[in-house]
Amino acid sequence: MDILLQQIINGLVQGAIYAMVALGYTMVYGIMGLINFAHGEVVMIGTLVAITVVTLLLKAGVPVMLAGACGIVAAAVACMALGWTLERVAYRPLRNAPRLTPLITAIGCSIVLQNVAMMVWGRNYMTFPPLIEKTQFEIAGASFTSVQVMIVLVAAISMGGLLFLVYRTKLGMAMRATAQNPAVAGLMGVNANRVISSAFVIGSALGAVAGVMVGTYYEIAHYQMGFMLGLKAFTAAVLGGIGNLAGAMAGGVLLGLIEALGAGYIGDLTGGFLGSHYQDIFAFVVLILVLMFRPSGLFGEKTGDRA
Amino acid sequence: MQLTRFPGITLALAASIAVIGCGKKEEPAPAPAPAPAAAPAPAPAPKPEVTVKIGHVAPMTGPQAHLGKDNESGAKLAIEELNAQNLEIGGAKVKFELLAEDDGADPKQGTIVAQKLVDAKVNGVIGHLNSGTTIPASKLYSDAGIPQISPSATNPKYTQQGFKTAFRVMANDIQQGKILGEFAAKQGAKTVAIIDDRTAYGQGLADEFKKAAEASGLKVVATEYTNDKATDFKAILTKIKSTKADLVFYGGMDAQGGPMAKQMKELGLKAKFLGGDGVCTPEFMKLGGPATEGHYCSMPGVPLEKMAKGPEFKDKFTKKFNAEIQLYAPNVYDAVMVMADSMKRANSVDPAKYLEAVGKTSYEGVTAKIEFDDKGDLKGGAISIYQYKGGKLEYVDTLGGGVVEAVKEAAAATGEAAKAVAGAATEAAKDATKDAAGAVKAAADATKAAVEKK
Repeated sequence: MDILLQQIINGLVQGAIYAMVALGYTMVYGIMGLINFAHGEVVMIGTLVAITVVTLLLKAGVPVMLAGACGIVAAAVACMALGWTLERVAYRPLRNAPRLTPLITAIGCSIVLQNVAMMVWGRNYMTFPPLIEKTQFEIAGASFTSVQVMIVLVAAISMGGLLFLVYRTKLGMAMRATAQNPAVAGLMGVNANRVISSAFVIGSALGAVAGVMVGTYYEIAHYQMGFMLGLKAFTAAVLGGIGNLAGAMAGGVLLGLIEALGAGYIGDLTGGFLGSHYQDIFAFVVLILVLMFRPSGLFGEKTGDRA
Repeated sequence: MQLTRFPGITLALAASIAVIGCGKKEEPAPAPAPAPAAAPAPAPAPKPEVTVKIGHVAPMTGPQAHLGKDNESGAKLAIEELNAQNLEIGGAKVKFELLAEDDGADPKQGTIVAQKLVDAKVNGVIGHLNSGTTIPASKLYSDAGIPQISPSATNPKYTQQGFKTAFRVMANDIQQGKILGEFAAKQGAKTVAIIDDRTAYGQGLADEFKKAAEASGLKVVATEYTNDKATDFKAILTKIKSTKADLVFYGGMDAQGGPMAKQMKELGLKAKFLGGDGVCTPEFMKLGGPATEGHYCSMPGVPLEKMAKGPEFKDKFTKKFNAEIQLYAPNVYDAVMVMADSMKRANSVDPAKYLEAVGKTSYEGVTAKIEFDDKGDLKGGAISIYQYKGGKLEYVDTLGGGVVEAVKEAAAATGEAAKAVAGAATEAAKDATKDAAGAVKAAADATKAAVEKK
């Protein structure tokens, strides 16, 4: 029982990170139907910027809490600028191009960003300085740390904030309107370009927070860390129904749980025929099954609601 | 695997024998006196200059890029020194040129760049870093008759394919796994959990370890897997925690091993961590932090500090690249030097001619005295055990190697394990095929999982 609980905790934390990244994919897709494959790299840049800033400040003798806060802010600012630039430079000129063109451009941007990061930060793994003290708790034999609690809390708050923004503010209304029909929204006085830019900026800011979470959780960062994370988060977004905010969150948490429980129990369930190296495959099989029976994802039915 | 016969090699043998027979020492006439035949020529004709292209392959991108860069630096250092020596081979001044390629630790890319080097008509290849890339690439080099010296591919299969062109300057995993297994038993462990990263290296080492551990009376209570891009190991570690193993053995690289040690601590695992050369790096301790304290790893060869030329090499390296040696740079350096040494002895830079000389190498390198057995494996490779202490790798003991007995034993084990390894490889291939059949998404992922590193 304690093992099951431990696996659920593992999955939940991993899932919270996936969900945060998935939101970035889903927001952009919801508004303009583009899969921004460079989003994983935005997260990676966020982590690396945070590492640089925090390490520098810590060296200068700044208290840990303040350095950490500065790191998050710097990462968010850098990622927002990056998200905005990506949209402005790479995607806006292709707004009316066939759907495949911006997709390929996105993959190209992802590769460019990886290589730029490699040039700036080098090939070596970087260690993320501990931001909060890692106190260990134990409940019914399952152990977890304060970092894990923090990650789930921060993720929940960020997601709540995003939902509030989309459903309770003017900008959110503009976003939903643009998602439904950009032309008509334009006629109603919505500046579609600004709305799309803000979707990129907000998604990137969430990505930056996710990046800092990944960094504090695993305490390592690398210029290629965004690739697999992005792929998993994209899967989570599709699982939940891409374009749907609640779907991305649920998909992320679900994917995290599936992975943890899959890796933990697949060997026992199949009598050792399949081992934990099928962890990723397990997640993707679930994705395929969901898509077979619900092609629009778990929450993807109401297309008018996407944002 | 049948021993394939390549006409090129027979030719090469004949040719090199001829060369050795005719004039093993420097040919008397041409080198010192320029243009003796063309007596009336007023100006001394410039000595012919040949460029010797040495291919080097290691992952320069991807999670093992730091190790690839380290290897390349080792090769660069060797090439630079060779060029400073102004060597003359076969009467011509030789200039060594490094053709560095990136295989991303990916077997597919590994064969692509191997073909590229073959097409570029390189005189020899140093690499690859990973077993997973070295093994498929070795076929291409063998077909083209190009000598290949891997600095760090430790999977036994590499030299068991019967290729005359395949050499390595490091003890293989049969030796390493065996010693790690015996060491684990000596540490008083009763139960052990094994994790590997499903690469040719990780899986090979873990299998050898398992055999040795079981032979030493340990009980393997869990066998788990990850991949060489993973960062999260909590799920498998949680499972291992439930088995209460005394020791966790990891067959894989530092980029996963470090975080793994950290996550073990976070999950409250009391087990000791043990790994092979892939985790015996400064990077491992950087990534694992204090969680690595007290854990063990092994590395083929003896520690650099204990080698006659070790500290000198370390100085040269850090001075030139302003970086710490990660792992295999000294081995790469030696591999290049062995290749150049063979060319000197054969008095030719022609792959067909100097190949024979590579097999007869007896070279006092930085890492070891390098001599090859008939398979191309390093003779009498020793294995050293290290412990992570206070952020440093502390030397514990060197086991095996040196003694003729150990060589014999290893040879016997090689024969026996050859079948097992081949079998395991086929099985892995079968698995991969099964996954691929699953579905498009799953297939894409399976390929990635099957991307075997090292």
